[in-house]
Amino acid sequence: MRMFDYARAADESDAVTRGQAEGAKFIAGGTNLLDLMKLEIEAPETLVDISRLAMTEVAETAENGLSIGALVPNADLAAHAEVRARYPMLSRALLAGASPQLRNKATTGGNLRQRTRCVYFYELASACNKRVPGSGCPAIDGFNRNCAVLGTSDACIAAHPSDMAVAMRALDAVVTVRGADGVKRDIPIGDFHRLPGETPHIETALNPGDLITHVTLPPATPARQTYRKVRDRASYAFALVSIAASLTIEDGSIAKVKLAFGGIGTVPWRDPEVEAMLVGKAPSPTLFGEAADRLLAAAVGHGHNDFKIALARRLMVGTLSALASGKLGDEVQA
Amino acid sequence: MRLTVNGNDYSFEGDVRMSLLDLLREELGLPGTKKGCDHGQCGACTVLVDGRRINSCLTLAVMHDGDEVTTIEGLADGDDLHPLQSAFITHDAFQCGYCTPGQICSAVGMLGEAEAHGPSHVSANLGDTVLTRDEIRERMSGNLCRCSAYPNIVDAIADVAEVRS
Repeated sequence: MRMFDYARAADESDAVTRGQAEGAKFIAGGTNLLDLMKLEIEAPETLVDISRLAMTEVAETAENGLSIGALVPNADLAAHAEVRARYPMLSRALLAGASPQLRNKATTGGNLRQRTRCVYFYELASACNKRVPGSGCPAIDGFNRNCAVLGTSDACIAAHPSDMAVAMRALDAVVTVRGADGVKRDIPIGDFHRLPGETPHIETALNPGDLITHVTLPPATPARQTYRKVRDRASYAFALVSIAASLTIEDGSIAKVKLAFGGIGTVPWRDPEVEAMLVGKAPSPTLFGEAADRLLAAAVGHGHNDFKIALARRLMVGTLSALASGKLGDEVQA
Repeated sequence: MRLTVNGNDYSFEGDVRMSLLDLLREELGLPGTKKGCDHGQCGACTVLVDGRRINSCLTLAVMHDGDEVTTIEGLADGDDLHPLQSAFITHDAFQCGYCTPGQICSAVGMLGEAEAHGPSHVSANLGDTVLTRDEIRERMSGNLCRCSAYPNIVDAIADVAEVRS
């Protein structure tokens, strides 16, 4: 690990001031950053410790939503009574991620910023446009089993690794950040993660020194929700394909549906057109299959990860069919 | 910085890069906590910080100023072993023993989480968790055992948790 200066932020204002310095990074749970620092993939000159700031509350909003402090640990958020009752897909997504020890440390804000698990990103001896901009992407013609099939570019096909962010994407969460100028601004989660394009090293809409202060969930609506994750092991593994799904059926037809996917996209993946073609129709495996075909129409496999396209289709059809028939999912009351 | 480990107070000044794990093992003379992967993947370094189980390899010592740490050395009461330590012996829940301190510290934290009714990935109902053998397996998935003593580890923990088989 490279040497760095360590500073503990006194408050939010102090954190954003210190966070603006060249080479400065915030550290909270540290579960991803320290791993990357040990490998010298990350080498910050200054670590600004924000772990003792007061952003630890889960609170009701005036609009009957939920405000989640950036430092709320993943374990606490998953176990929170209001999250379990009103946003069960978020509890399920969090519980599907990492291990209990990691969830006890990993934070809400940090999880939104966790970095890809593409093997070339981790392999210092190889090129990687995320790690060394302009050096190339060996994954495209290499070992790409865990890489994305949607949202890719000629520069990068790395999959976004988060489970939590997938559920938050389906729930239309809003990320609030405090900028270097002290002004807070809201970023809808759909705008938070950036497609790789020609600049895969720029992963979020954050500016240098921006501090995530909290994430807001809009009011819950009656639905059946779930988060399903297919992975190589039964537990403690990243998603090959995952789905966060919320389905509301009224009078035999689909009144509302929200779908987001992990493992297949370079960002937590959501496609409004897919949801639009389901609304107002009677649920059936045929309909869900047509919607899945739409979702995956632009999907491109790179060899080892070709299976993700068929797997995503089956997971979507199976999950929605089971939700529609009440065989799967947690019920969210009005 | 100061911290309390197993009820004893320590003060320490040193390299900011030092992990909590290295502080315990190299500076404080507490080698019971083991270094396996050093990347948060194996769980051998699991300790309790303010009662919560964490990977001590993936946290900086300097970030724990004022915290209370419990390691495997701090679980017994004198010569009286912690019930989980006794259960691991009774159920032969190890071969080489290298992962055992992490397994036991993790199990202590896990039983506390279950008592607080925290759900897990395998909980059918998010609102009402009952500790079963499947729940124990899922909740202990952050601790690897290369000797694969898993059945006996689950037996030992289930015994302490009074889980019916």
